[in-house]
Amino acid sequence: MFEVRLHGRGGQGAVTSAELLALASINEGKYGQAFPSFGPERRGAPVVAFFRSDDRQIKVRTEITNPDLVLVLDPSILRIVNVTAGLKDDGILVANTRYTADEIRKELGLRCKLAVVNANRIAFEELGIPITNTTMLGGLLKAKSIVNPDSLIEPLRERFGRIADKNINAFKRAIKETELSF
Amino acid sequence: MGKRIGLEVSLSAAEAVKMANVDCIAAYPITPQTHIVEHLSELVNNGDLDAEFIPVESEHSAMSVCTGVAAVGARTFTCTSSQGLALMNEIVHIAASMRLPIVMILANRSMSAPISIWNDHTDVMSIRDCGWIQVFANNGQEVFDHVLFGYRVGESAQVLLPVMIHMDGFILTHVIEPVEFWEEEQVKEYLPDFKPIYALHPDRPVTMGGLGGPGIFSEVKVSQDEALIQSKGEILSAWKELGDVVGRHYHPIETYKIEDAETIFITQGSFGETVSLVVDELRDEGESVGLIMNRLWRPFPFEEFREATKGAKNLVVIDRAISFGGQGGPLAIELRSALYKEKNQPTFANFICGLASRDVTIADFKNIYRRAMEKVKENPREEDFEYYGVRGK
Repeated sequence: MFEVRLHGRGGQGAVTSAELLALASINEGKYGQAFPSFGPERRGAPVVAFFRSDDRQIKVRTEITNPDLVLVLDPSILRIVNVTAGLKDDGILVANTRYTADEIRKELGLRCKLAVVNANRIAFEELGIPITNTTMLGGLLKAKSIVNPDSLIEPLRERFGRIADKNINAFKRAIKETELSF
Repeated sequence: MGKRIGLEVSLSAAEAVKMANVDCIAAYPITPQTHIVEHLSELVNNGDLDAEFIPVESEHSAMSVCTGVAAVGARTFTCTSSQGLALMNEIVHIAASMRLPIVMILANRSMSAPISIWNDHTDVMSIRDCGWIQVFANNGQEVFDHVLFGYRVGESAQVLLPVMIHMDGFILTHVIEPVEFWEEEQVKEYLPDFKPIYALHPDRPVTMGGLGGPGIFSEVKVSQDEALIQSKGEILSAWKELGDVVGRHYHPIETYKIEDAETIFITQGSFGETVSLVVDELRDEGESVGLIMNRLWRPFPFEEFREATKGAKNLVVIDRAISFGGQGGPLAIELRSALYKEKNQPTFANFICGLASRDVTIADFKNIYRRAMEKVKENPREEDFEYYGVRGK
């Protein structure tokens, strides 16, 4: 079982990211489970979403408190939410930030494995808006190959229709541009 | 084998309603059921489902429309939650008394106040005695299968009763997970067309839901109760056939590792699968535990429970609803009555938890188990249940 907690702000598509991961792993013949933090959503407010993947049927239906990986979609979340809460000892934090891994590690006092990518810039250049949910999926897969990147293409196409290519470009660029500090 | 599709469970439930080829849907959106209705309205609008979609102004009207439409012999569907169910309450009872095989999904949610859109089973319990066949689903696949099961059972000439499918709000409605869809041929094989014995028609006038004074009311209601009790035979054969057609096997109670278990957890709804993992972990630690997940809430499976708990020393019953001023949670009350005359009665520990979707983790269930083992020694009174995970308790 591999568990991911996603942090973002309402409207940035954290739930969509979790959903796309679930669809990709289900399409690979595995079991995927994605769900939002339940309740009313407010645009701009910090939100979390969850994703699990396993080779066996996923029976647990509780929130994820000890994730293997934490994905942060919005740079400002890093300073207002304790995103690494409960992160496993060998867990990975994948963050959207314009700083280098060393800089962000020092500023936040992080000891965990870290992957950083300037997803805002990529999203701006590829999509024209700083919606980073598809970009950060690239960062996530660079840090940990939970699914084959190709498995995400079909769900991305289905979900985004005529703007799918732009999202796929952002996703692929992030795989290249993510800096690992393990 | 049907195709395995990753989809939000609400949407796959709506797809099952489409596969059942319903004639009419009347519903009013309410969280957390909304996605089911929205998707159905899309399917009808896009021409993927040839049905009337009647967007009513309230849940009371939704169930009224379903009742009228079912009375003329059409296959009907609706779904609701919590306050919506409360508003339709009057007609929910009437649909059962008039023996109309409507299928409704209840996305289980707490009753206000305070306002809660989150999940528990207090809405279920508010219509416990409405006379519908009621089943609980543990996951998305079970919701899908039971939509088709609902029409198969409810429309059977031996039954003619409405069927309610309980699915935990948010925990199931809003999760994306794989569901195996049925093939069209499988649906055809399993679910015959609805052929009502009596239907409203100008050429063949009948009266439905007329006045029933002291001279006839009791006879009508007792026949209704008999119909619900006797529906079990048809329920069992419909599950058997479902297993033959799609290879998934359902039972009034689903048991897990109870054969040699000293202590048995008893759950209803989506807690079940999580607790099955708790059973695995506790067994690894050397504890003798098992699990019964209740599926058939009405008619209640008394015999199956007596048989399954025969060798058990202790029962740990998990309720997700309060019966204010009562002897614990509604499931515990039912079970205690079921076992009252048994010779070797197991001890009984009842915990109420998970109200308004409060997370109950594997560690929490282990704490509940430990607390239950302490309680056994205290020899508690029947009404001595506990709330788990509540501040100030």
